[in-house]
Amino acid sequence: MNNHMVTRSLAAVCGVGLLASLAACGDNTAASESTSATKDGVASLTGEYAGAGASSQQTAVEAWIEGFRSQAPNATVAYNPSGSGAGVSTFLTGSTVWAGSDKALSAEEVERSKSVCASGTAFDVPVYVSPIAVAFNLDGISTAGKHVNMDAATIAKVFNGEITRWNDPAITEQNPGLDLPNLTITVVHRSDKSGTTLNFVSYLKDVAPSAWPHDLSENWPNEVGQGAKGTSGVVSTIKQANGTIGYADFSQVGDLGTVAVKVGGDYTPISASAASKVIADSPVDTSVDGDNRIVVDINHKTAATGAYPIVLVSYDIVCPAYKESKDATFAKAWLTYVTSAEGQKAAQDAAGTAPLPSNLAGKITASIDQIKVG
Amino acid sequence: MTSTTRTSERHNDALRRANGAMADRLFKGAAYGSGLLILGLLAAVAVFLLMRAWPAVAGPRSATQEVIASFTGGRFDSFVHYVGPLLFGSVLVAALALAIAFFVSIGIAIFISQYAPRRLAAGLNTVVDLLAAIPSVVYGLWGALVLVPATYPFWDWTAQHLGWIPLFAGPAANPPRTVATVALVLAVMILPIITSMTRDVFMQAPWLHQEAALALGATKWETIKLAVLPFGRSGIISASMLGLGRALGETMAVLMILSPGFGYSFNLLEASKDQTIAANIAAQYAEANNLGVSVLIATGLVLFAITFGVNYAARRLTRKATL
Repeated sequence: MNNHMVTRSLAAVCGVGLLASLAACGDNTAASESTSATKDGVASLTGEYAGAGASSQQTAVEAWIEGFRSQAPNATVAYNPSGSGAGVSTFLTGSTVWAGSDKALSAEEVERSKSVCASGTAFDVPVYVSPIAVAFNLDGISTAGKHVNMDAATIAKVFNGEITRWNDPAITEQNPGLDLPNLTITVVHRSDKSGTTLNFVSYLKDVAPSAWPHDLSENWPNEVGQGAKGTSGVVSTIKQANGTIGYADFSQVGDLGTVAVKVGGDYTPISASAASKVIADSPVDTSVDGDNRIVVDINHKTAATGAYPIVLVSYDIVCPAYKESKDATFAKAWLTYVTSAEGQKAAQDAAGTAPLPSNLAGKITASIDQIKVG
Repeated sequence: MTSTTRTSERHNDALRRANGAMADRLFKGAAYGSGLLILGLLAAVAVFLLMRAWPAVAGPRSATQEVIASFTGGRFDSFVHYVGPLLFGSVLVAALALAIAFFVSIGIAIFISQYAPRRLAAGLNTVVDLLAAIPSVVYGLWGALVLVPATYPFWDWTAQHLGWIPLFAGPAANPPRTVATVALVLAVMILPIITSMTRDVFMQAPWLHQEAALALGATKWETIKLAVLPFGRSGIISASMLGLGRALGETMAVLMILSPGFGYSFNLLEASKDQTIAANIAAQYAEANNLGVSVLIATGLVLFAITFGVNYAARRLTRKATL
């Protein structure tokens, strides 16, 4: 947590510095080049473009802003990691060009976007896949870098307080090679509203509905174990005691042990490529309201070999047409870059996310092409 | 010549008086203005809270219920059921912190004002004031990263040996991100405020009374009991209330340490039982929609009212104590 906070604050300081210096450049050029910027050219794009939304996207967005600069050196891009809900609210007031969100828009939000977009309704485009690790701290097992095997029903029972000890037969049967201690399991979950929670419990609900009786929610639904604020809070809580287990973004779990999840007949350990595989095996939800939307209906029950099913798909939300033509040029260029192989690589290197599978690429390009420029 | 000097002196005198009157008026105006400003600020805060909370109170009930259900993972859907446990948690944590800090603070204050050699007292004064200046986020970090893992053996021992007292019923949570640990950190946070205020009051205790007590053959402790503590009673009460107020509103430290829950639980050693209003607002605000923010602000309004009530009660108590 300490290191994390230090890097965060460093990043914030750098960001402010960059903004200040770039804002100065933008002011100088905006007056003289504003006529040429209205043309389609991305390279000549000037001005400031702001987005807001999911804090989980922050690291990836920082990498993208860095990479996008080589395409549009005179454009200033800023991202406010205010949270998915706040980001979408801000976007729906029209003060940001795009929103980052850990969940797709609701029908009501799509309807409200009519007042913000010049025409049509806002749509979501997936920008990366983020594996969610079920991480644990268990002396002698996590310290040795070993996985614990669990199927969905076992994970659900642990997180619902029905399995309370590490040497419960339900766990030991799946882990014949491990010497699991007779130790209380302390469940650690998010205490704040979180897309990670929603995606984690969706997995449990889809695959083990009888073991997970709670409704889907972004807030944790039961009284089991301990709550901690933010991914960093969960990870630091897991690290503080022996026998803890929780769920957190894979990129943040560090050297904690992770659960290998049963898919088909095998147990798949977590990895970026395994997370991409489940999305490749998931259909696009065609039942959602609104045009151009690409909402991935994550196939938690996948049986694809080597797929890791507990993932979070993060979206960018944009308009098909903007009141300012510059904004449209930017939105199109931004999404094109973010979803490109180069953008996906940048996010993977910076934030440990899994790249979007190639079978989504055609749909994504088609949606981005719907942004009216000029 | 003498007459001219006299007139000019008289003239100067009048001028000075006029100037003095002017400065007097200006100062009075500034003082009045400051006094009214604080009232205006208080009113502005109250109005802001009311306005922003209004959609949650007066808006369509079904929408509010939906928001509250989403905040609690579907456990509650009415505002009263939502704010009740939070209020309980706020008061419980603050009261415990005060209970811990109170006696230690008085002890430190008595030591500094009555027992400590002058040089040591000066040093201690600096340390106490320094402690008061540490921002709560630092206490929070210290609590979450150092105190939480470090206190587990102690809480575990407490749960095993004093578990028959319902307050300490086990098993102790590990890591102990519990009401007990939070109360401990908050106690450390409010300790310097209470200490420095009570110390100042004890310093003012009239020497004559103390000497009189000593002359009657009272021991040092009896002197303090007879001549210092009664004199400082109202100061002790207002210092405690100030500390309680800070503990009630403390956000960062609670947010960083406590594992929240939505119950009315006195099990201090178990995690996920209670939550405070302030920490809940901070935890939920980032991901709340417009109505969600209104609901959170409405809980803030409840805290505002409670803090107000506590301060009012303290006033009444102080007045009674001084009479």
